[in-house]
Amino acid sequence: MTIALENEVDAAAARAAAVARPSVWKRLSQNMSVRIGGAMVLVMVLIGLAAPLLGTIDPARIDPTTRNRKPGVEVTVRNDDGTRTTRTVHMGTDSLGRDIYSRVLYGARVSLIVGISVASLSIVIGVFIGLVSGYIRWLDGIVMRIMDGLMAIPGILLAIGLVSLFRAGLGTVIFAIVVPEIPRVVRLVRSVVLSVREEPYVEAAISVGTPLPKILWRHILPNTIAPVIVQGTFICGAAILAEATLSFLGIGIPTDTPTWGNIMAEGRQFFRVHPHNILYPAIFLAITVLAVNMLGDGLRDTLDPKMSKRV
Amino acid sequence: MFAFIARRLVATIPVLLFVAIFVFMLLRLTPGDPAAVIAGDNATSDQVAAIRAKLGLDEPLHTQFFIWSGKALAGDFGESFFFKKTVAELIVQRIEPTAMLALCTLILAVSIAVPLGVLAAARQGGWVDRAIMGFSVLGFSVPVFVVGYLLIYLFAIQWGLLPVQGYRRIAEGFGDFIIRLILPSVTLAVIYIALISRITRASVIETLGEDYIRTARAKGLPGRTVLLRHALRNAAVPIITVIGIGIALLIGGVVVTESVYNIPGVGRLTVDAVLARDFPVIQVVILMFSFVYVLINLVIDIAYSFFDPRIRY
Amino acid sequence: MNASSVGEGRPVLDVRDLSIALPKGGDRPFAAEKVNFTVKRGEIVCLVGESGSGKSVIAQGVMGLLPKALPIAGGEAFLDGEDVAKASEARLRELRCVRMAMIFQEPMTALNPVMTCGDQIDEVLREHTQMGADERKRKIIQIFEQVRMPDPPRIYASYPHQLSGGQRQRVMIAMALVLEPDLLIADEPTTALDVTTQAQILQLIKDIQRDKGMGVLFITHDFGVVREIAHRVAVLRLGELVEMGPTDDILLRPKHPYSRMLISSVPSMHPAERPRATESKLVLRTENLTKIYGGGSLFSKGHSVKAADKVNIEIRQGESVGIVGESGSGKSTVARCIARLIDPTEGRVRLGEDDVALMPQRLLRRHRRRIQIVFQDPYRSLNPRRTVGDSIIEGPMNFGMERSEAWARARKLMETVRLDPDSLDRYPHQFSGGQRQRICIARALAMEPELLIADEAVSALDVSVQAQVLDLLDEIRQRLNLAMLFITHDLRVAAQVCHEVAVMEKGIVVEYGPVADVFLRPQHPYTKSLLAAAPGRDWEFGKFEAA
Repeated sequence: MTIALENEVDAAAARAAAVARPSVWKRLSQNMSVRIGGAMVLVMVLIGLAAPLLGTIDPARIDPTTRNRKPGVEVTVRNDDGTRTTRTVHMGTDSLGRDIYSRVLYGARVSLIVGISVASLSIVIGVFIGLVSGYIRWLDGIVMRIMDGLMAIPGILLAIGLVSLFRAGLGTVIFAIVVPEIPRVVRLVRSVVLSVREEPYVEAAISVGTPLPKILWRHILPNTIAPVIVQGTFICGAAILAEATLSFLGIGIPTDTPTWGNIMAEGRQFFRVHPHNILYPAIFLAITVLAVNMLGDGLRDTLDPKMSKRV
Repeated sequence: MFAFIARRLVATIPVLLFVAIFVFMLLRLTPGDPAAVIAGDNATSDQVAAIRAKLGLDEPLHTQFFIWSGKALAGDFGESFFFKKTVAELIVQRIEPTAMLALCTLILAVSIAVPLGVLAAARQGGWVDRAIMGFSVLGFSVPVFVVGYLLIYLFAIQWGLLPVQGYRRIAEGFGDFIIRLILPSVTLAVIYIALISRITRASVIETLGEDYIRTARAKGLPGRTVLLRHALRNAAVPIITVIGIGIALLIGGVVVTESVYNIPGVGRLTVDAVLARDFPVIQVVILMFSFVYVLINLVIDIAYSFFDPRIRY
Repeated sequence: MNASSVGEGRPVLDVRDLSIALPKGGDRPFAAEKVNFTVKRGEIVCLVGESGSGKSVIAQGVMGLLPKALPIAGGEAFLDGEDVAKASEARLRELRCVRMAMIFQEPMTALNPVMTCGDQIDEVLREHTQMGADERKRKIIQIFEQVRMPDPPRIYASYPHQLSGGQRQRVMIAMALVLEPDLLIADEPTTALDVTTQAQILQLIKDIQRDKGMGVLFITHDFGVVREIAHRVAVLRLGELVEMGPTDDILLRPKHPYSRMLISSVPSMHPAERPRATESKLVLRTENLTKIYGGGSLFSKGHSVKAADKVNIEIRQGESVGIVGESGSGKSTVARCIARLIDPTEGRVRLGEDDVALMPQRLLRRHRRRIQIVFQDPYRSLNPRRTVGDSIIEGPMNFGMERSEAWARARKLMETVRLDPDSLDRYPHQFSGGQRQRICIARALAMEPELLIADEAVSALDVSVQAQVLDLLDEIRQRLNLAMLFITHDLRVAAQVCHEVAVMEKGIVVEYGPVADVFLRPQHPYTKSLLAAAPGRDWEFGKFEAA
C-alpha cells in the first residue's frame, strides 16, 4: 500500500509536521529554572529527611546554661549521665538554649509537609469541583457563587479565621491554608474545561456517542494536567510562606514544634542583639520558596507557556 | 452605564452575604460550646451561662443570624471581650494607620512596578529582563516579615537612618508621619511590586505579539511610541485587574507588617484578637477587610471602560 | 495616468535574489530563496501561492517587518532605487507609510482597539509631516471620503469595534494611502472578508491604484482574486518563484507544472452535471428548524438573534445538498442543530422515522451514530493527546465493538481515505492539514453514518489539497451511497459537489433548488449579488494535464 501523498505542498507540510519535537522530559531537563529550582528543592527534601544524620541534637532540648549563644561558638553541655560534651553551635542558640541549627534542619520537615500536602489537597479537591462544575450547568452557578464568596475573603485572613476556630496544630494549619487555595484551582480548571469543551475534537467525541464521564476523563482532564501541575507548584510555595507567617504571628503550629516560623517568632524579642535567630531560618525559608517558585516558573514555561498571564 | 453599575452591585450581594454568613458562622462552627470557648478555660459555669444569654445562643441559628446582621447594619458589632470597648470604637481608632500604610504601599508599588514590567517586556530575554524577573521571583519567595526585619536591621539599627518602629498620626506632623511610614511601606510593597511587574511584563509581551502592533510598526512609529501608546494601553486591563486582586495580598501583608513595625492598626488588632480569642473583633475585622476588598474590585470593574472602549454597559 | 502607461519607467520595487532564512531545524533552510521580481509604477503584481510558499514573508521582508527568527539572508530589494533589504531601522521607519505602506489580512485585529480610527491615522501624519491639527483632521476626513466611507466624521471618532469588517479594512487602506506612497503592499487584504465586501474592497484598491498611479504588490492564494486584480502574476512554491508573467498568459498558458496543477485545482463556478437520485430514500428532512440565541436573561431583554428561521431542507440517499451564505447567515447553526451539537429552539429534524430535534440526550445517544460531522479546522478536530487510531475507533467502541474489530475497520478506512494504515498509531501533530482532514473523514465513516455533514470542511485547506479532499468526499458519497450536507461560503465548492443548494441570508433560506437553477438562473436578489461578487466568476480556469 503506497500513501497517496500526490500533492507536494501537502507533502512538504507533512514533512514539516513529522520533524520530531523534543519530548516533554527533554525540554524540562533543558530548562535552567527547572534544573536549578528542582535541584534546590531536592536538596531541601534530603535535608529534611536526613536531619537526624546531619549532626543535629534534639531540637526541642532546652538548656538554660547555653542561652543566646552566637553562631560558631563552642558550648559545653552536661548530659543526663553527668558526662560533658563540647560542640560548636553553627547557628547559635535561642533564648531557651535550644540549638538553632538542629531546629532549622528539623523545621524543613514541617515546611515541606505543609507545602506538599496543601498543594496536593487543594489540587485534588479543586480539580474535582472544577471539572464537575464546568460541565454541569445547574451546579455551576451555585459552586461559583460559593467560590466567589471564598475568594472575597483575603487568603491570610480566611486562614487566620479558620485557625482561630480549632486547636492549633499541623492539621489545622494545613486545612486553613487549603481552603483559600481551592477556589483558585477551581477557577483555573473550570476555565480550561470551558475552553476545551468548545474544541471541535470534543464535539466530534460527542457526535460519535462518547458518554459524558469518558469525555471528561479522556478529552478534558488531560488538558488540565499541565496548568494544574504549574499551579500546584506555586501553591506549594505560597503554602510554605503562609505556614511560616501564621507561626510567626504565633497563631500557627504550637511553639514547641520546630518550624521556621516559630524559630523566627521566638527570635523577635532579641532581634536587635541576636539577629541570627531570625537570619538562619529566614535564609532557609527564602531559599526553599525561591526554589519551588523557580521550579514553577520553569514548569510553566515548558508545559504551559500560555499561562504566563495568570498569577 | 447606570444599569451596569446596578447589575454589578446586585451581583456582589450574594458574595457579601456569603462572607457575612461565614463570619457569623465562625463562632458557631467551633467544636464545643462557643460560650465556653469565649469564656476561656478557667471560667465558671455561671460565666458561661451569662455569655450564652448575652449572645442569644439559645435562639435558633437563623434567628441569631438575623439579630446579628440587623445589629451589624446599624453599626453595632458588639463588644470586644478583651479590650472592653465596643468593636466599632476599636476599629475607628485603628483604621487610620492601616489605611495610610495601604495607600502609601499602593502608590509606591504601582509607580515602581509598572515601569519595571514595561522595561522587562521591552528587553525580553535580555539581562535587564532577567534581573527584573529574578527580583520578582525573589520578592514572591521572601516573607514580608523577613523583608521587614532585614530593612529594620540595615536602615534603622546598622545605619540609623530611619526610626525602628512605631507610628505617628498625620495630625501630629507630616514629617514624623511619613518618616515612620517609609520602612513599612517599602516592606509591604516588595511582594506587591513582584506581582504587578510580573503581570505587566506578561501582558505587555502578549500585546506586543498582536496584529495592531505590526500595524503600528508599519506606520513607521518609533519603538517607544509603539511600546507605550499601543502596547501598554492595551495591556492595561489585566494589569489593573491584578492590582485589584493583589489587594488581598496587601491586606494579608498589612497584618504582618503592622506586627513587625508595632503599628497600632487594624492588622495588629487582628493578631491580638486571634491570640486573645476575641471573636467579635475577629468577625468584624474579616468582614470589614472582605467588604473593602470586594468594593475596590467592583470599582475596578466599573473603571475598565475607561481603559478599553470595547467594554460597554 | 491611464492603462497604456502601465509598466512604464523604472520599477517602484525591484527585488533581486532575495533570500529569507528559516530557523534551524525546520524542513527547509529558506522561507524564500533567491526570489526575483519587479513592481512597476501603476501596476498590480500578484504574488500567489499556497501556505508555506513564503509569499507573506517576502512582503514583510520588503517592509522590514520580519520577526527576528526570519532574517534576510541575501539579495536586494530596491524601493525607488534604494535598497531596503539593507536599510537601517531608522531609515525604514522614515520610509514606512511615506514611500511604502502595507495593509493586512485581518482587519479585525490589525487596528488598535483602544484608539479611535481618526487618532490612528493622525499618528501617521504627526510622525511623518509637519501639518497642524486642523490640517491633519481635514486630510483624514478627505482620505476617508476617497476610500468611500460613509459619514467620515463619525468614522473619525469611532473605535474599530464599532465598524464592520469592510469598514475596518477601508480604515487600513486610508491609513496606508494618506501619504500617497509609491508602493502599496496588500497581504491577503480580502481573505477574511465576506464575498460581497471582498468585491467592494478589490474594486476600491483597483480604482485608487489607477488614480494615484501606485505600484501594488498584492499577496493572495485565490486565483479568482488574481483574475480580478492583477496585471502580472508571480507563482511561488515553497519559497521559490517558479513562474512570472502577465495575468492572461499565466492563467491561460501556465508553463511550470506546479502552476498548471494549481490552476487546474480551482473549482469551476459552472455547476457540474450530476445525475440525480430523486427516487432514493429520504434521509433527512428539517421542518421549520429554528434556533434563537440570547434573550431571556433579566437584564438583556431584546437581544435575541434568530440564527436560523424556519429552515426546511431535504437530503436523499446518495445526494449532496449545500448550504451557502456569508458569515452570520446561520448556515453552520443549521448544521450544528441537525447534528444536535446545539439544541434547536423549534421545529423538527426528521432522521428517517425519528425526530431528533428535541430528543433528550439520553435517547439521543442511540441516534448519534447516524449523523456524522467533519469540522473546518483540521488542527483542532483531533485530540492532540490521542493517536489517530484511538480517535477513529472511539465511536465504534462506544457502540460496543471489540477493539480488534474496530482497529481492523480503522485500517480499512485509512485505505479508503488514502492514508497509510500503519500510521494509525501516530499522533495528529505528525500529519499535515490535508491528512488530518482525511483522518477526520475516516473517523466519521467509522460510524457508518446515514448523513455526513461537512461544515466548511475544506475551507482551511490550500486549493490543491482542497481539490483532493473534495474528490475524495465525492467518491465516498457515490461508493457508499451517502447523504451529504455541505456547509460552505465558497460558491465554487458548492457548484462542484452539490446536487442542490440552499442560499441563506440572516437565518433565512432565500433560495433553494437544484444547483444549476440557483447558479445559472438565480431568482432572489441576494443570490444574484452573491454570484456577482464571486471573484473571477466569468473566468473558466483551465484543466491542464500535469506536465
